[in-house]
Amino acid sequence: MEVARFWRTNKQRYQLVGEECPHCKGKIFPPRDICPTCDKEAKVPYVFSGKGEVFSFSTLHQAPAGFERYAPYTVALVKLSEGPMVTAQLTDVDASDVKIGMPVEMVTRVLREDGERGMLVYGYKFRPA
Amino acid sequence: MRDVSIIGIGQTIVGEHWDKSLRELGYYALAAALKDAKLARVDALYVGNAHSGALSNQENVGAMIADFAGLRGVEALKIEAAGASAAAAMRLGYIAVAGGLCDFVACVGVEKMTDQQPSTQESALAMSADGDYEAMQGLTTVSLNALLMRRYMHEYGYTKADFAPFAVNAHANAINNPFAMYRMNISPKQFAEAKPLADPISMFDSSPVADGAACVILAPSALAKEFTDRPVRVRASAVATDTVGLHDRRDLLSLDGAAWSAQKAFAAAGVNPSDIDLFELHDGFTIMSALSLEAAGFAARGKGVDLALNGEIRLGGRIPITTMGGMKARGNPAGASGLYQIVEAVQQLRGEAGANQVANARLAMTQNIGGSGATVVTSILERI
Amino acid sequence: MSFMKPSKPVGIVGYGSYVPRYRLPGEEVSELWTEGNAGLPVREKSVPGLDEDVVTMSIEAARNAMKRATGAHLTAENLQQKIGAVWVGSESHPYAVKPTSTIVAEAIGATPFTQAADWQFACKAGTEAFQAAIGFVSSGMAKYAMAIGMDAAQGRPGDALEYTAGAGGAAYLIGPIEDALVEIEGSLSYVTDTPDFWRRQYEKFPEHAGRFTGEPAYFGHIMSSANALMEAMTLKPSDFNYAVFHQPNAKFPLKVGGELGFSKKQMEPGMLVNDIGNTYAGSCMIGLTAVLDMAQPGERILVTSFGSGAGSDSFCLRVLRKPEHNGAVKTRDYVARRKVIDYAQYTRMKGYYKLN
Repeated sequence: MEVARFWRTNKQRYQLVGEECPHCKGKIFPPRDICPTCDKEAKVPYVFSGKGEVFSFSTLHQAPAGFERYAPYTVALVKLSEGPMVTAQLTDVDASDVKIGMPVEMVTRVLREDGERGMLVYGYKFRPA
Repeated sequence: MRDVSIIGIGQTIVGEHWDKSLRELGYYALAAALKDAKLARVDALYVGNAHSGALSNQENVGAMIADFAGLRGVEALKIEAAGASAAAAMRLGYIAVAGGLCDFVACVGVEKMTDQQPSTQESALAMSADGDYEAMQGLTTVSLNALLMRRYMHEYGYTKADFAPFAVNAHANAINNPFAMYRMNISPKQFAEAKPLADPISMFDSSPVADGAACVILAPSALAKEFTDRPVRVRASAVATDTVGLHDRRDLLSLDGAAWSAQKAFAAAGVNPSDIDLFELHDGFTIMSALSLEAAGFAARGKGVDLALNGEIRLGGRIPITTMGGMKARGNPAGASGLYQIVEAVQQLRGEAGANQVANARLAMTQNIGGSGATVVTSILERI
Repeated sequence: MSFMKPSKPVGIVGYGSYVPRYRLPGEEVSELWTEGNAGLPVREKSVPGLDEDVVTMSIEAARNAMKRATGAHLTAENLQQKIGAVWVGSESHPYAVKPTSTIVAEAIGATPFTQAADWQFACKAGTEAFQAAIGFVSSGMAKYAMAIGMDAAQGRPGDALEYTAGAGGAAYLIGPIEDALVEIEGSLSYVTDTPDFWRRQYEKFPEHAGRFTGEPAYFGHIMSSANALMEAMTLKPSDFNYAVFHQPNAKFPLKVGGELGFSKKQMEPGMLVNDIGNTYAGSCMIGLTAVLDMAQPGERILVTSFGSGAGSDSFCLRVLRKPEHNGAVKTRDYVARRKVIDYAQYTRMKGYYKLN
């Protein structure tokens, strides 16, 4: 498993650390170096509140390699209250109860593990708020 | 810039080729196209392929297919643009011929998918999405398209069953295509009752994983008549991109990359959507068909499904799509599909589409999409 | 006798708990292994979801503690930089080698200039971290210290422990008395070498010595520890409004409390074991959070843990003010948030099926 790759995105995954554009004050997640709104450089860290609502969702049955033990699971586009959209799993909820517009909040959960010997990857998911 | 034409086409049957390898599939399509063009050798070979690394543990596929095809020494490159790889290979060939760097170029799309188990296939396909922010969260291509479809239904008030015409039409057209994977009809009832893969997407919204290869031979139009009676002219070849991650889109239900790609193509060809006689669009999922019709200007926003419900996408309709079965029923060997679209459009323009012939087809458009709208290659072809 | 009174007064600045959503009723276990003939030591127990472990549960509890610690005088950013220790006590750390505490510290924004360590002492790993945090803060070595007791407890299929081995726990932010919700008046630790329960390296499930876990272990240590603390502080059971004991089952804590001279009324607010099972290193620590959610200023609380192997820590606490929850979930609300699962779902969540 790509240990360094997970390590360098720890802040994003554990705490929803994105950026705030110093020029247009737009909030950015996932972080990127160029503000998508005003195309200027944006590198000021910004911690998101983790509050948002479900914009769209789906429960998938055929999981990709590494995620088999969690299937079926519900994934969603979550519109954060600060504006940006984030792609994540929903947790602690029955698929039949998920609705577009449902308020959710960020929690930190296990995203996957690399077998019994490999590392555990933790990151954000969202649950009903 | 030189005018470019297609002087030969070739394809393998799309399906589960348990007894054929990546290199064999690529070679068979190439050999068929060379034979069709009555050509022994090309100046360059561009191979579109999306997943050879993840699914065949093989890279350097350009050289590999060149070697296997007996073209050792030739300029050969693999180009990868996820599900748009094949059309991207054609784009590269177009640049080479139009720019006067090469006269004869073979553009091959090839994909060997069935050697791997479904979970490996899913993770390979998910490499077309945003690795750090989509695939790392456990999303798959199917579920990303399901997010689009759910939101589309929510905003425009469609039901799942409203998407049936895309699949029903594709299957009806595949019956007459000897190269298609699923040559059987499906009914709207079967569509509505299918079990979800990632709700609201079911098996019948989704194109099947498959093996296959397709190829076209490009040449300067000025030389085309020496090789074929029915050359097909490339009026436009255009590429545009959008964000890889769905969460980064300006507007989730607008495929901006597809719109920009189509607009560039229309401008290059000097034509409008109303001039197009058939449209081989990217029907990897029914929702992609709807969004692609809207982005390319064949339907207003939110009306792509209406167009299908009104029968306008069928043969004889206002804008026939997936005329030989599309990805849904012909099958979707990811990085090869874009050249199946081109090959089928050429069949239509040559008048070789048999029972599925679009009457008096003169202008055909193809649009091949990589990822959920990130890389979009649009081509407009014309019967000379 | 070594009574521990901090030289500089310290207190609980923030607290938070966590209980997973899923519950396995005792009947499910009894039905499978005894055709329904076993007596149930607890009504049901909490079970961590497929994406939960001691790391994720500790993060949520710690975030709740941070929410209650922040207010007009203390912002989250200010607090993060002053947390001098993040200590997690558990007997189910996800890694045998690789700290739980660094992941938790990173997630709550306390890194990089902080102490981080995982503690291990069976079911009292959390209270020993708590006790050490008192010293760390009182000595001036840290302004604040986060002490967490959390477990996703293991019980061998069919064993008596399978009925009770639950999941959950609590986090406490220890800090200077001027920021505190609760004053820590004194504490004490009592340990002997008593092998009543253990898990060897590389084993999935703990072993226990049957009835030997009772009198010489649980009762002997808790009685000695609690009595010694009350004696040192010249307090008697009636001086306390609440008492919280380690809760391996529904019977033991009430019995030991009764023998010490506490009433059911003093013990019930902190009793959660019937609803969530034995949360091991989290057990009395989460019981205390339920008490703090309702306690009034001026009220006094006795907390006594028990850890096999064996030892018992006792604490005397006095409530200074009611907390502002700032969005932190109350413990009884976590308990009420429940989805009942069956034994098949339980075995899947526990990872008993080998998929790859």
